[in-house]
Amino acid sequence: MSTKGRVHGIIANLVIVQADGPVSQNEICFITSGATRLMAEVIKINGQNAYVQVFESTRGVKIGNEVEFAGHMLEVTLGPGILSKNYDGLQNDLDKMDGVFLKRGDYTHPLDPGKKWHFKPLAHVGDTVEAASWLGEVQENAMPHKIMVPFTFKGSYSIKSLAGEGDYTIDDTIAVLLDSNQQEHKVSMTQKWPVKVPITAYREKPRPFKLLETGVRTLDTLNPIVEGGTGFIPGPFGAGKTVLQHAISKQAEADIVIVAACGERANEVVEIFTEFPELEDKRTGRKLMERTTIIANTSNMPVAAREASVYTAMTLAEYYRSMGLRVLLMADSTSRWAQALREMSNRLEELPGPDAFPMDLPAIISNFYARAGYTYLKNGKTGSITFIGTVSPAGGNLKEPVTESTKKAARCFYALSQQRADSKRYPAVDPIDSYSKYLEYPEFAEYINERISDTWIDNVNEVKTMLQRGKETYDQINILGDDGVPIEYHVVYWKSEVIDSVICQQDGFDKIDQNCPMERQENILQNTLSIIRSNYQFETFIDVSAYFKKVINFMKQINYTEFQSEGYYKFENELKALLKEQNIDLG
Amino acid sequence: METKAFQKIYTKITQITKATCSLNATGVGNEELAMVNGKLAQVVKIIGDTVTLQVFGGTEGIPTNAEVTFLGKAPTLKVSDQLAGRFFNAYGDPIDGGPAVEGHEIEIGGPSVNPVRRKQPSELIATGIAGIDLNNTLVSGQKIPFFADPDQPYNQVMAMVALRAKADKIILGGMGLTNDDYLFYKNVFDNAGALDRIISFVNTTDNPPVERLLVPDMALTAAEYFAVQKNESVLVLLTDMTLYADALSIVSNRMDQIPSKDSMPGSLYSDLAKIYEKAVQFPAGGSITIIAVTTLSGGDITHAIPDNTGYITEGQLFLRRDTDIGKVIVDPFRSLSRLKQLVISKKTREDHAGVMSAAIRLFADAANAKTKQENGFDLTEYDERTLKFARDYSNRLLAIDVNVEIDEMIDTGWELFSKHFNKEEVGIKQTLVDKYWKNN
Repeated sequence: MSTKGRVHGIIANLVIVQADGPVSQNEICFITSGATRLMAEVIKINGQNAYVQVFESTRGVKIGNEVEFAGHMLEVTLGPGILSKNYDGLQNDLDKMDGVFLKRGDYTHPLDPGKKWHFKPLAHVGDTVEAASWLGEVQENAMPHKIMVPFTFKGSYSIKSLAGEGDYTIDDTIAVLLDSNQQEHKVSMTQKWPVKVPITAYREKPRPFKLLETGVRTLDTLNPIVEGGTGFIPGPFGAGKTVLQHAISKQAEADIVIVAACGERANEVVEIFTEFPELEDKRTGRKLMERTTIIANTSNMPVAAREASVYTAMTLAEYYRSMGLRVLLMADSTSRWAQALREMSNRLEELPGPDAFPMDLPAIISNFYARAGYTYLKNGKTGSITFIGTVSPAGGNLKEPVTESTKKAARCFYALSQQRADSKRYPAVDPIDSYSKYLEYPEFAEYINERISDTWIDNVNEVKTMLQRGKETYDQINILGDDGVPIEYHVVYWKSEVIDSVICQQDGFDKIDQNCPMERQENILQNTLSIIRSNYQFETFIDVSAYFKKVINFMKQINYTEFQSEGYYKFENELKALLKEQNIDLG
Repeated sequence: METKAFQKIYTKITQITKATCSLNATGVGNEELAMVNGKLAQVVKIIGDTVTLQVFGGTEGIPTNAEVTFLGKAPTLKVSDQLAGRFFNAYGDPIDGGPAVEGHEIEIGGPSVNPVRRKQPSELIATGIAGIDLNNTLVSGQKIPFFADPDQPYNQVMAMVALRAKADKIILGGMGLTNDDYLFYKNVFDNAGALDRIISFVNTTDNPPVERLLVPDMALTAAEYFAVQKNESVLVLLTDMTLYADALSIVSNRMDQIPSKDSMPGSLYSDLAKIYEKAVQFPAGGSITIIAVTTLSGGDITHAIPDNTGYITEGQLFLRRDTDIGKVIVDPFRSLSRLKQLVISKKTREDHAGVMSAAIRLFADAANAKTKQENGFDLTEYDERTLKFARDYSNRLLAIDVNVEIDEMIDTGWELFSKHFNKEEVGIKQTLVDKYWKNN
């Protein structure tokens, strides 16, 4: 008998329910209001009163309305068919809903129950298996989708029977497992998992070390993110957070892309809906949308579901990681999620922390970031979740609680600067304030020595130092005047301008420049180093800027041209000729 | 609403604050309307049998034995074609002396559009103002505010935009409008002979502030009727959203909620987003475009209201007085229309994007030259030319009194380039320069 209850109080989307039996924290319940059933989650219990946050508008809910507790936490349904779906924050398939407007209490199936999948067994009858062991696989949009022993299974089992190769629906039994008491357990291609509980069915989570190529130079070269790494992008509005995130999700070397549009503009989600089905994935030749799942909880959708949306996204990511895939998870924006927490905490009349955010905000954020990571699965394969979130700091001030809490949790920090955005230096990632902790990881150094060269990290640091010196010099020039400083100051400043223009800045709308492969980035860094390591002779400071403007122009033209094409060598030769004037050989 | 044979009347109010009152009642739904002593109120909180009502007209003069009746419904608006040309108050009651509107009664603040059913906005909205059309083109289905200081002529610019935009319906949501501004809008619309396509919901400074909270929902409910049922393009003008947010903070304060930044309620972002996200391009062709006004105090855009707004809207427009020409211009540096790239050089001439960026860059050069001049440094010959260009550019393109077609704006751009610069200095793609450069 499940627990029932009645509505006892309503404050916006917080409802107080008097329950007649046991209730657990985070349990799901349904409030019957007229003909609709509204889904809600228990967030506080006091005596008989359960405080529930309703995932919908509570308009019309009355005292005494019946409530039914579901006996489980908020769950997602896992199985083939998740890719290329557009979900809301509670994993309802938005495409299955009728009409232009969302209807309250309209919950749709996240998968396609009638659809047949071609199943190929991977395990054998008699094998000993445990949670997350691979039983077989189906092709989901050309991606190998592993059918696993449900994550909820504890201990080890032996396979009593396993379906042969053939077409099955997600609800067909594909295996029967025997537990240690010889009890039979049927397994289908679908399973459920509570979103707030991490899936830990892996053997080990080492420190991540493998560079995740994104094709964005200011990330890959200067502040790299790694497979299974975490990063965040704070920036004031208009600084290009969403554009940068979209660029990363389009280009990064990941098998699966999950985008959580959390409390942001609906038209931005529409942009993904419109663009991603058109974009071709260079490696597979298929459309990007085929390996993407979008969780859309836009800013006008219910606030409580906004909080759920990031957890839903993370759980889907963990599911695909268990299949040995590289998952890229993007959340835009985690500030909206924090604000959803604040609204609830406020209605619960909790004592507030800084800026009225809940006191446990830092803990909630770091727990969430901790679910990302690189893993060795129990069968020795690897899988990863790389997580990049954006933060929308109030007033563009990076000293606010969400930014500060995230800074403690994420290992890469990509600060978008208003000043850079104003002067159209895109991507507006500030190369000096931003950092990647992975550059300091010995594991990463070892990997990059192998993959590129053992001077790479030193070179990157040299370039960064030059940027810093350039900035200091620029300040001095501004104070003392152009002719109040030695010419050498201008040279230092212009060397840093070369780095800024050629490495940091990248044209997101140019077909060639928008995606810069690592091989090219190595080449660009080498050329840049040759230029900043050389000595120059100039008569006046005006000559300095004139000369370096030409250098920058050629190097930009090179960036715009197809790698090692005819035009590329043409510009490279022009650059070489220009450098010859100063007796410099290009690397 | 079906008539009830018996409507229970409550007469015992247990608590009264400046904006709310509480009483014991049963069978009441959340967000339901009630009449308290003849004033409209809405349920905002129910605990057991204690119901808290937000009284829109303010609680002045309400006695503890006031008559309270519940209406069994959330705020509604009767929608039909009869709305066109009419002026209403925040409750949707006519204030122009005309008869009540008959039509289908629907609840305001209705559900959101399913994001997968939205279409990407792609229709350009021409306003004739070059600072907008040339530099920050508006697109149907967009939401964009003017960030303006209270002394700037934003109401005039909005009225101008509304009349020139080729929208099927224009809906004005006035919040805390002074009576003078209300009459201004009324006269402008009247004189333009455009009254039949204009609908106004107005809360003036004479009315209680909490009433304002109904205005955007009323305006947008009417907008949805015309955009969804009639497939019309609807332009919604909301002025002034800062006063709307102030009303939100008054209510949350009276309900003892903990304020977050700048004494605003913690839910400010969601509250504003619910309004602005009603801007949409529907698949069947109708659209809702929102142009709003957010007044700033001392130009501070880091204040919670403009800050949250900036994260929600698709860009913002800044007005500024250009002292060199003595006119108000649309600031090309701080203004931004995020959707402009969906139409620029796609729905407009191929050289639009190039001319726009080149002109802004040269205008920035002029700004630098000006700083140099003010700091007492010598100006180069190029600096002198940029300054001359800036004056012409302000006068002939940025000023808000400009009213021309987009092609003419682009042509004017080329004309100014060739007057003050040579081809290399402009830095536009060679093929376009060859085609459009004006040889004088």
